Amino acid sequence: MEHLELFFKSIFVDNMIFATFLGMCSYLAVSKRVATAVGLGFAVVFVLAVTVPLNWLLDQYLLKSGALEWLGPEYASYDLSFLSFILFIATIATMVQLVEIVVEKFSPALYNSLGIFLPLIAVNCAILGGSLFMQSREIASIGLALNYGVSSGIGWLLAIVAIAAIREKIRYSNVPPALRGLGITFIICGLMAIGFQSFGGMLTGGGDAAAAEVDPAQMGSQIEMIEQENTEKAVEEATSVSKSVSTLTKK
Amino acid sequence: MALLSRKERNLVLDPLTDDNPITIQVLGICSALAITAELRASVVMAISVLAVMAVGNVVISLMRNIMPGKIRIIVQLIVVATLVILVDLILKAFAFELSKQLSVFIGLIITNCIIMGRFEAFALGNNPWHSFLDGIGNAGGYGIILVIVGFFRELLGSGTLFGYKVLGDSIEKTGLYALGYENNGFMVLSPMALIVIGIIIWVQRTRNKELIED
Repeated sequence: MEHLELFFKSIFVDNMIFATFLGMCSYLAVSKRVATAVGLGFAVVFVLAVTVPLNWLLDQYLLKSGALEWLGPEYASYDLSFLSFILFIATIATMVQLVEIVVEKFSPALYNSLGIFLPLIAVNCAILGGSLFMQSREIASIGLALNYGVSSGIGWLLAIVAIAAIREKIRYSNVPPALRGLGITFIICGLMAIGFQSFGGMLTGGGDAAAAEVDPAQMGSQIEMIEQENTEKAVEEATSVSKSVSTLTKK
Repeated sequence: MALLSRKERNLVLDPLTDDNPITIQVLGICSALAITAELRASVVMAISVLAVMAVGNVVISLMRNIMPGKIRIIVQLIVVATLVILVDLILKAFAFELSKQLSVFIGLIITNCIIMGRFEAFALGNNPWHSFLDGIGNAGGYGIILVIVGFFRELLGSGTLFGYKVLGDSIEKTGLYALGYENNGFMVLSPMALIVIGIIIWVQRTRNKELIED
């Protein structure tokens, strides 16, 4: 059940492009056609599906605090999580290189059509972002990590294809000169992201998810406000209770 | 800036407006959008990227003649990853709350397209001093956009700047709020960053007609 929930959550609620804007740079600069967007999207799904579980294994057995216990009890207190960045990016670069070699060998047509995009995937924020979010959200098992990788990739693919399709269509629209190209793409992406916010209540039925979607900074200040109000109310009640108690005891 | 030649001055000043990494070169967008809900976070991110870019550009430029072509991406990634680990640890030590808020986006500086982009486009072919200036210029251009977006998003979204209430207190209804003004909660959500940058691009291209693409 939690697999299904993670799957849909990663595609719609935590969509890599519309919720966290990962992977937009290389996409915006190079893709204007749906065909290339689809190819790039599938490549990203594949790389995420391979690297997120691998990085999960690395994190679980090497990097987390206490992870090295399998080597011996004296290593149980080691915390190598500061090496996460360098190890994650190393696995990603290696896997992308491997994928490139495999694709070139087994499907030269696909290799030629992807061109420069394939090596560029190594530095796509979405790939490293997938691994880092997997680490910060403390995904619990390798099955869930694979699920997370694939579903984040599918969410990215969905977003990229949608944006490419709209960019193809607006070539025939009357956009003001200064907004043409990049400007209108940004504004359209913003509107689509607002649309995707509507998925916020999808899995928890409304209340909690709506609160969870709010920016943590504002959430923090709201919590402070509520706490302040509560303490003020509590103090008032306490003083009124003590007053009534003292009047009673005087009698 | 008398000690910088004209060419060197252009290296620093061009990326601030005409060759801005975010709005013209279309690089570094990811982090610019996700963390600009607060001005303080934007400023810290801009400074972090400035540090990584300046030092990274110099290191890559110093190594440019001894690096074999086939492994240059890996070397660049390792240099950036090391610098970002340093930045992350410094932030955790001196600004823990902020580092919790920025969480994964400090790590994502590694894949920030501006850094790799400038390594490939400039540092690999120029001497360390010029690479240093180029790094400062591009990081400055990135920082300007981040600060502008963060400024508007925080001001219109929470009525504060750097955490200080500037429009009055929204709960006590003082200042501007007494007149019925309400915070635009939308601005704190991430999509508005995209729209604010779209507007910045609009303004920039209206002022400088040469940048308009067809």
